[in-house]
Amino acid sequence: MEVGQLQRRLVDYTKSLLTEGILDDQFSQLQKLQDESDPGFLVEVVSLFFEDSEKLLNDITGALDQQSVDFKTVDGYVHQLKGSSASVGALRLKNACVAFRSFCEEQSLEGCLRSLQEVKQEYYNVKNKVETLFKMEKQIVAAGGSVPKTE
Amino acid sequence: MGLKMQQGHHHSVAVRLNEQMGTKRGYTFIQANRAWLPKFLLLWIMVMAFLSTMIYNGMDADNKVRRKDVLGSMCDQRARMLQDQFSVSVNHVHALAILVSTFHYYKNPSAIDQETFAEYTARTAFERPLLSGVAYAQRVVNSERGNFERKHGWTIKTMEREPSSVRDEYAPVIFSQESLSYLESLDMMSGEEDRENILRARATGKAVLTSPFRLLGSHHLGVVLTFPVYKSKLSLSPTVQERVEATAGYVGGAFDVESLVENLLGQLAGNQAFLVNVYDVTNSSDPLIMYGHQYQDGDMSLSHESKLDFGDPFRKHQMICRYHQKAPMSWTALTTAFLFFVIGLLVGYILYGAGIHIVKVEDDFHEMEELKVRAEAADVAKSQFLATVSHEIRTPMNGILGMLALLLDTELSSTQRDYAQTAQACGKALIALINEVLDRAKIEAGKLELEAVPFDLRSILDDVLSLFSEKSRHKGIELAVFVSDKVPEIVMGDPGRFRQIITNLVGNSVKFTERGHIFVKVHQAENMKAMVNGKAETCMNGGSDGGLFLSGGRQFKTLSGCEAADERNSWDTFKHLIADEEFHSDASRKMTTNEASEHVMLMVCVEDTGIGIPLCAQDRVFTPFMQADSSTSRHYGGTGIGLSISKCLVELMGGQINFISRPQVGSTFSFTAVFERCRKNLHGDMKKPSSEDLPSSFRGLKAIVVDEKPVRAAITRYHLKRLGIVVEVASNIKNTIAMCGKNGSLTSRNFQPDLILVEKDSWMSGEEGGLNVHLLDWKQSANMFQLPKMILLATNISDAEFDNAKSAGFADTVIMKPLRASMVAACLQQVLGIGKKRQQGKDISNGSFLQSLLFGKKILVVDDNRVNRRVAAGALKKFGADVECAESGKAALALLQLPHNFDACFMDIQMPEMDGFEATRRIRLMETNANELVNGGATDEGIIGKREWHVPILAMTADVIHATYDECLKCGMDGYVSKPFEEENLYQAVAKFFKSKPMRNL
Repeated sequence: MEVGQLQRRLVDYTKSLLTEGILDDQFSQLQKLQDESDPGFLVEVVSLFFEDSEKLLNDITGALDQQSVDFKTVDGYVHQLKGSSASVGALRLKNACVAFRSFCEEQSLEGCLRSLQEVKQEYYNVKNKVETLFKMEKQIVAAGGSVPKTE
Repeated sequence: MGLKMQQGHHHSVAVRLNEQMGTKRGYTFIQANRAWLPKFLLLWIMVMAFLSTMIYNGMDADNKVRRKDVLGSMCDQRARMLQDQFSVSVNHVHALAILVSTFHYYKNPSAIDQETFAEYTARTAFERPLLSGVAYAQRVVNSERGNFERKHGWTIKTMEREPSSVRDEYAPVIFSQESLSYLESLDMMSGEEDRENILRARATGKAVLTSPFRLLGSHHLGVVLTFPVYKSKLSLSPTVQERVEATAGYVGGAFDVESLVENLLGQLAGNQAFLVNVYDVTNSSDPLIMYGHQYQDGDMSLSHESKLDFGDPFRKHQMICRYHQKAPMSWTALTTAFLFFVIGLLVGYILYGAGIHIVKVEDDFHEMEELKVRAEAADVAKSQFLATVSHEIRTPMNGILGMLALLLDTELSSTQRDYAQTAQACGKALIALINEVLDRAKIEAGKLELEAVPFDLRSILDDVLSLFSEKSRHKGIELAVFVSDKVPEIVMGDPGRFRQIITNLVGNSVKFTERGHIFVKVHQAENMKAMVNGKAETCMNGGSDGGLFLSGGRQFKTLSGCEAADERNSWDTFKHLIADEEFHSDASRKMTTNEASEHVMLMVCVEDTGIGIPLCAQDRVFTPFMQADSSTSRHYGGTGIGLSISKCLVELMGGQINFISRPQVGSTFSFTAVFERCRKNLHGDMKKPSSEDLPSSFRGLKAIVVDEKPVRAAITRYHLKRLGIVVEVASNIKNTIAMCGKNGSLTSRNFQPDLILVEKDSWMSGEEGGLNVHLLDWKQSANMFQLPKMILLATNISDAEFDNAKSAGFADTVIMKPLRASMVAACLQQVLGIGKKRQQGKDISNGSFLQSLLFGKKILVVDDNRVNRRVAAGALKKFGADVECAESGKAALALLQLPHNFDACFMDIQMPEMDGFEATRRIRLMETNANELVNGGATDEGIIGKREWHVPILAMTADVIHATYDECLKCGMDGYVSKPFEEENLYQAVAKFFKSKPMRNL
């Protein structure tokens, strides 16, 4: 594929992610932070985020499987997840976490389990999308182009 | 997160509520003892009843004593009278006895016989009213009985009227009063009583009495009185034997005691009330009744005894008096006591009622207070909610706006573009609104704090004017600003908020004004008073230039000639202000010490000639979301929150805002604000990129302003003066020329202008083209080196007019209003060709500014979340900072062990184990200890080498509103930044902080 076409596709894709609310301005900020001095910054942050999130999701799942659920612990995990998703700009994941935390506060196991499913779904969604994004960027770089800056 | 915040907030509200309840529940005594009230009442009633009884008893006892006294005195009186009467009778009997002895025994033959005696006694009976009768019995010895019986012709009989048996001695009655004639020949010695009486009488020689008995005739109770009659005269102190031998006979009389007492009592008042008994108490164990009833009735409880002495020492008598009836109930005592009780009862009930009422009122009060606290809490909660929601809305709105901007960049049909632009405009309006709501909420929640930085007020006003210049020009309204010379150049305050107020007021004015002018005036509040004082004076001599404006119908001496709501800004007063300033300008410079007061109160007026505010709406102008009426918002748009925010801000600045408005005439909003004076040495630090320096290259130039409206001329002069230009004002072109001197002679009086600024109106209204002639004239006659530059001032100018002006001689330039010093300067530079010094470094954006601030700084980022840490580090690194990370409060503590070389620390607040607050507290403790150690150890040389350890710590938090800035400050933090980092926010936090620590920066 032509580099120009690829670049346009990337720009469109990024915009669509922003419009759908999967990512927000924070992600763009992170993209801006990435420059010559720190080329791998975004990838590093995002992979950190994925690692952390998967661990946290496991922890949450484990905690909710317990005989007596300690909602405080769960809330702590979700808070962590919310913090990191806010940092990378995963808006919908963040919002799901907010909802999750309200269930934790209500101590509603049913709501928590439902929220967990939702959070997982959002997580895999954003992971998928961002990985696609990176793949496209790689393609562009491989095709000899440069990743276009948004805005 | 929003929910979490809300929860936390509720908690804090609840806690506050409890605290308030705790402190405000200052129970009064009554409130505290409310349960005791009925018992108090009961006790009171009992006390009252007791007291009433006491009173009753007291009064009753008094009564009884009086009654007893009365009884006693009555009784004694009766006894005395009885005794007196008795003794009178006894004396008479005595006299009778003497009579008998004198005439019966000493005369021989006897001068008395029965007949004589009866007659005598009958005739003297009035002297013995108590005696039913008297009789004389002769002593007859048994040996003489025969002789005696024979002599009298009858035998001696006993009381039973039988011939007497033989005895030693007899005492037969020989004389008797008629009433006692049945006694004749009866032997008195035969009756037991009489015998005893006779024996006792002759032994003592005194009158003796028998005990009471029923009298033979009347069946009344009576006593018999017996007196001895002696034959011979006795010696002075005869013995009993002598008395017995000398005894010749006995005079006796019967006392009818009953009728005696009856008569006596009948003579005395109050007889009915008393019951009188007379007793013979010779035998004290068995008193014999002499008068009264044996069985006792009447009031037994009270009696009085009086002794009676009837002259017989052997017999004892007494009188006992009683009341007939029992003591009557003492009605006065009873009523008094009862009334007292009733009054006491009423008082008690009133007190009780009052107590109950107090308790109720206090209960209500507490309830109200509680409700008030709740309402306030709800209000705060509302503000917080508003703030949170606004905050949450801002994020997606930014997305929408961004998208719209992107959309507008793409190729769109004109309709689509129109839609998109409309959407964007709406979005921007919404964001502006949300920001305002956020502001208001912040103010209400007490979260808004004013900065105190030095700023140039004039340049801020210029900036605001430039914001609205386009609009005002478009509408053709005059927009002008005037700052009094007395207002300090630099003041300390919050420029952003000050600008916000001015922008709001001017914005409103621009919105609602279609013609005329908008005039912003700033002066020191103290001047205002002087001005008002001077007003009367001005009015008196202000008539001289009054005729100037009467040409075009109604004209007012305001900026544009339109009428303004508040006349204070009209030329009459305004002139005075300027004159006042000029007068004081020299003096004030000398009086710099006077200006040393820390604060300066400024008064800002924004006057417009717009539609004004309807009278009915004037009192809710400052209420949020209130516009004059709903049609206003439809017509002009806007939410009406601006003024309420302005009001809050003005109040925060220690001032007041108010307005004068007349519908269809205009409004004048004026507010005061207190700023701190800026010390001179701080000026150097102030130069912020926002304030443009005015070029100083115009100093000393001279200019003439041609303007027929003095207010407008004064404003032009103000702007020129700021550039250092000396200004004269002429009302029209003729005067200008006159001022310059016809022949341009350089006398000191004449003014040699470098510039002539002509107001468009003056030029238009003046003789068209006349200027040209004058100019030519001038050119020729004046031997000047350089002609003054001609400059036209205009609010709006059409192309035709512009050409016209050019041809008329204004070749140089036209300055479009509103005037701003910097813009005027730029125009003049262009006209005069004075080279402008390149202003440098003014276009540095926040980003690069941040870079300059943060470059090379060593910064510690503390966050337990890896991702957050990495992002924060990345962001800070981008600005050239040297970032180190710590994943917990403990790790941060370890890294910040003194000495360290960190310049700042960004600290997450919510962390497990040790949160940001706790970590900060410990760091500060550590630093304090170290500082004390250093300061304590190094006394002399320490002053130079002294270094206060204080690493700046900024909190990182996701919820800026809720971050409780106070909490951050309390534990020793220096500020906070939102998370994820926003450039603007980061800039503000960092800039504020590094500025205040310039030494560490370098």
